[in-house]
Amino acid sequence: MSVAIDPSEKFAAYAHPERLVSTEWLAEHLGEPGLVVVESDEDVLLYETGHIPGSVKIDWHTDLNDPVVRDYVSPEQFAAVLGSKGIARDTTVVIYGDKNNWWAAYALWVFTLFGHEDVRLLDGGRDKWIAEGRELTTEATAAASADYPVVARDDSAVRAFKEDVLVHLGNGPLIDVRSAEEYSGERTEIPGYPTEGALRAGHIPSAASVPWAKAAAPDATFKTRDELEAVYLDGAGLEAGDDVIAYCRIGERSSHTWFVLTHLLGFENVKNYDGSWTEWGSAVRVPIVQGAEPGAVPAR
Amino acid sequence: MTSALPDALAEIRDEFLALGQQERLQLLLEFSNELPELPERYQGHPDLFERVAECQSPVFLFVEVDDADVVHLFVTAPKESPTTRGFASILVQGLAGLTSAEVLAVPDDYPQTIGLSQAVSPLRLRGMAALLGRAKHQVGLKRRAA
Repeated sequence: MSVAIDPSEKFAAYAHPERLVSTEWLAEHLGEPGLVVVESDEDVLLYETGHIPGSVKIDWHTDLNDPVVRDYVSPEQFAAVLGSKGIARDTTVVIYGDKNNWWAAYALWVFTLFGHEDVRLLDGGRDKWIAEGRELTTEATAAASADYPVVARDDSAVRAFKEDVLVHLGNGPLIDVRSAEEYSGERTEIPGYPTEGALRAGHIPSAASVPWAKAAAPDATFKTRDELEAVYLDGAGLEAGDDVIAYCRIGERSSHTWFVLTHLLGFENVKNYDGSWTEWGSAVRVPIVQGAEPGAVPAR
Repeated sequence: MTSALPDALAEIRDEFLALGQQERLQLLLEFSNELPELPERYQGHPDLFERVAECQSPVFLFVEVDDADVVHLFVTAPKESPTTRGFASILVQGLAGLTSAEVLAVPDDYPQTIGLSQAVSPLRLRGMAALLGRAKHQVGLKRRAA
């Protein structure tokens, strides 16, 4: 890893402390060679209203998703986007964003599909940076373009498809990170996001309900390791060594949970089912359970 | 039946279409910054406003039809949601001075015609379609009540 790791005590308790940096660390390291700071938000214009000096923007819709097929960009497109942002294969990338780093975690997960090694999140994201009164600028960042290689995307390690979930059913835990109302089937969409609905409501049989925000502290940082273990181990019943699949509605909130389970709690085989409820809840003849209980996997 | 697009909305559309993708975002940001504050008589009256649930952020909308049948659209959206503010601002400026019948005749697919699908994404543009739909719905209700 090319840029020094944040030695914060809080991070040292996590399985992979090198995946997080604090706002203090970032303020000290801004401008360091080999470091590129990326803002990734839900709102496509938020970066333009003011961003961390020197940071570049990567938008999940327009930069990371294929515009036609429901899939991520091709290796060529990914290389072109990263190269244009001044990111090389060995660059240390720190991603931050709005809404407790939802979209930042999603971007980090897509970087992981392409095997970018050194990619970290800013603990607390955009909100904490602003709350601390740190500098923002509207000045456009003039990123010197870099040569990013065309690298194959590996969909096998951290990504689950619907077929994988069907095989996983009954063989390993699932974590549903949506709101309680979406889980029980009272509603098909998140409050405020009805445009990303599904035809049926409920959850995948046996999935434990752990809304993603349970991993976040009020200041948008991640909870401590002990607090996270209370949520996912004691609360949701995960055990060390479990293979886990997380899902939400389109895979962005579950990227946040994927990050927590993989990098903070050290689960080694966690997959994000990005098809999530918008696929499962509209698919024909897949099993669905309604109500507050996880429910049983139907016999096959 | 196709209805002619009101002048202001047509001008806004043409303004966007004349620009490259990156400049379109900048123009949307300008609109966002121009979204007017609520007039004093409506400040502190959250009861009058309808929440636009289709938008990804807390957006509230209120329509007034005055004695001359002219529509006035008021929208509030947080600073952290500049895209939604931009959409709202386009509609506030584009519908300004129109009669209720003219507002109801605005094509529902207007948001899809202003060249933002690529720069903003079709999914996000649905938020603007929802704003327009809610505004027209309220105009319809107020017309009937009058």
